[in-house]
Amino acid sequence: MQKFTTVTGIAVPLRRSNVDTDQIIPAVHLKRVTRTGFEDALFAAWRLDPEFVINKKEYQGGRVLIAGADFGIGSSREHAVWALRDYGFDVVLSPRFGDIFRGNSGKQGLLAGQISEADAETLWNLVECDPGVELTVDLVSKTVRVGDLTVNFEIDDYTRWRLLEGLDDIGLTLRDEARISEFETKRESWLPRTLPALSPESSRINLM
Amino acid sequence: MTNVIPTSTISSDAGLRTLAEKVWDKHLVTKGEDGTPDLIYIDLHLLHEVTSPQAFDGLRLANRPLRRPDLTIATEDHNTPTLAIDKPIADPTSRTQIETLRRNCAEYGVRLHSLGDIEQGIVHVVGPQLGLTQPGITVVCGDSHTSTHGAFGAMALGIGTSEVEHVMATQTLPLNPFKTMAITVNGVLRTGVTAKDIILAVIARIGTGGGAGYVLEYRGEAIRALSMDGRMTICNMSIEAGARAGMVAPDQVTYDYLKGRAHAPRGADWDAAVAYWQTLATDEGASFDAEVIIDANELEPFVTWGTNPGQGVSLSGSVPNPAEIVDANERSAAERALEYMDLTAGTLMKQIRVDTVFLGSCTNSRIEDLRAAAEIIKGKSKAEGLRMMVVPGSARVRIEAEAEGLDQIFLDFGAEWRFAGCSMCLGMNPDQLEPGERCASTSNRNFEGRQGKGGRTHLVSPLVAAATAIRGTLSSPWDLVQDGD
Repeated sequence: MQKFTTVTGIAVPLRRSNVDTDQIIPAVHLKRVTRTGFEDALFAAWRLDPEFVINKKEYQGGRVLIAGADFGIGSSREHAVWALRDYGFDVVLSPRFGDIFRGNSGKQGLLAGQISEADAETLWNLVECDPGVELTVDLVSKTVRVGDLTVNFEIDDYTRWRLLEGLDDIGLTLRDEARISEFETKRESWLPRTLPALSPESSRINLM
Repeated sequence: MTNVIPTSTISSDAGLRTLAEKVWDKHLVTKGEDGTPDLIYIDLHLLHEVTSPQAFDGLRLANRPLRRPDLTIATEDHNTPTLAIDKPIADPTSRTQIETLRRNCAEYGVRLHSLGDIEQGIVHVVGPQLGLTQPGITVVCGDSHTSTHGAFGAMALGIGTSEVEHVMATQTLPLNPFKTMAITVNGVLRTGVTAKDIILAVIARIGTGGGAGYVLEYRGEAIRALSMDGRMTICNMSIEAGARAGMVAPDQVTYDYLKGRAHAPRGADWDAAVAYWQTLATDEGASFDAEVIIDANELEPFVTWGTNPGQGVSLSGSVPNPAEIVDANERSAAERALEYMDLTAGTLMKQIRVDTVFLGSCTNSRIEDLRAAAEIIKGKSKAEGLRMMVVPGSARVRIEAEAEGLDQIFLDFGAEWRFAGCSMCLGMNPDQLEPGERCASTSNRNFEGRQGKGGRTHLVSPLVAAATAIRGTLSSPWDLVQDGD
C-alpha cells in the first residue's frame, strides 16, 4: 500500500445520508474476480441520472467525497471501496461510517475521515458555491483545508499510522506468528473442525 | 443516538463480564498496546464465491499458504440459479465466479459444498445446520450477515475481502474492542408476531447507525422463548442497525439444537463443551455500555415503508409524513424514499398492493419459516396476478420441507418452489424484480435496487409474507381472521 500523507483535489458534495454499499456498487457488478475494473460500477444506478452530482462536469476528477451520515452501511462488500478507489477517490468524509466499510477503507488506502454534521454542512455549502474547488486533506494534522477554512476530522490512531506508513496488515500480524502457534496449542480439542467432512448421507441431491 | 439509554460509563467491575467480553477474552492472541488493536483468533472461517476470489489471489501473489484449511469451509450461494440447476450457469460472469471458487478450493484444500451437494446453501444456513457454529467460538465470513451465527453465543463478524485474506493467512484478525449494548425484550409475543417483527422494531427504534461500534446482546423473556431459527433471524439483522455483531447467550434451546449434528461434539467432548458453554452467559451485575428495552407485549407485525431497514412501522400504521420528521437528514432521506417507493404520506400500510412475495434469504429461509408460511396458506388461493417465490435456505432445508409435504402446499397455492441460494435477496442470479415491481420480502435489506434495478421492497416476516400473498395487499395473519377464514 502507498503511503498517505496529504491529498489535494476536487471535492464532490454528496448530500445524502444512509448511502449503503448497494448504492455505492450494486450487486450485479460484484461478479468480477479481480480487484480492479470497478470504476464504471460506482453509484451505477444513480449515475443513470444526468443530474447526479458525479455526472456534473465541474466535479470531474473528484478525489474527495463529502457524504451524509451513515455512509457505507449494509453489505460487507469491499468492492465498494475498490469502486471508489478505481474511480479516483482518495478520501471520503462523513459524520458516520458503516463499521465494515470503514475497516475495508483502511486496508485499501482510502481515507475515511469522520467530520461533524455541522462541518459536513459547511463543506457542502462551500463546495456548492464554488464547484470544482480543491480541498487539501492532511492525514498528519487530521485536517481538511480550503481557503481560510480548516476543519478537523477523526480517524482511529492505528488506521492513521498504517496509512501514513503504507503498511500491510498481514505482514504486521505474521510478526506475531509464534504467538499464534502457541495459542493454537492451547485450543480445546472439541472445537469444531471442517475437515474431515462429517455428513451422514449421500452427498448429492436430486437436481430436477 | 436516540432512544438508547446510556448505562454507567464505568465498565464492568473486575471479574464481571458480558457474554461478548468473555468470548473476546478467550480468543486474545495478543493484547494491543498504545492504540494498536488486539489480535483475535478465529475458530471458523466461512467462504462463498463473491468475496473470496481476490483474497485467494492475494495469498497466491504473496506466496502464502492458507493456514488452517481445517477451520475453513466454502459454499456456493450468491450467484447460484434456483431453477434448472442441472444445467450450466447461463450468466458467464456468474459461472466464472463459481468456477473460480471451485479452482481455489481445490488448490488450497478447502472443503466446498457445490451446487447439487446436499450441504449446499446459504452460507449462514449451512454453518449452523452442520453443527459447525457453536457457542463461544469466533466466526467470520466475507458477508455482513455473518452476525446470524451470534444466535449460538458465538462472536460472528462480517468482514471485507482484505480481512478474508488476512484470516486465510493468519487465522486471526486485528480488532479493536467493541462496546456492548443490551437489547432487552421483555414480555411475551402475541400470536402472529415473530422474531422478524422484534428485530425490525429494534432497528426502527435505534436507526441504521444506532448500533455502530457495538456488539448487541439480545436478552429477556421474549428472546429466551425463541427457537434457534428465530434467534438467528434476530442476530442476522444486527448489521442493519449498524452493529458489528449480535449475540444470544446459549441455553438448553441451543444445546438441543446442536446435539447430534454432524460436527457437534460427541460423548465426553459434548459434556466438556456444554460445561464450558454454561459459563458464557453474561454475569449477573456485569454492565453494558448502553441498553434498549422493548416490550414484546406491545409489538405488532412490522413492515418497512422506505429504502433502509430503519424506515419501518407497525403494519396497522401508515406511511409517515416527511414534513413531520424533525431531523433534516432523516426528513430528506424519507422524502427520497417515498419518491423511490412511489408512496404517499398517510397511506395505510395495509392498502399497499404488492406484485411479488419473496420467502427466502439468510434471514428467513429455515425450516420453521417455511412451516409457518405454509400453515397460513394451506388450502387458500393466491391473490390474482401476484407471484410468490419460495427459496429454501439450503438443499437440506428443501429436502426436509419436501419430506413434510410443504413443497406441495406451496405449489398448490400457486407459489414457485425453488432450489437453495441467496436468490432475490440481492438478485445476483436471475431472480430479480422488474423496475417498479413491488415486493413483500422476508429478506433483510430494502435498499434501492437491492432486489433488482428499480424494484421496491417491503421487509416483512414469513407470516406477513404468507398473508400478503393471499390478500394481495400488505397483510398479517390477523387480517385473515377478520376476513372470516
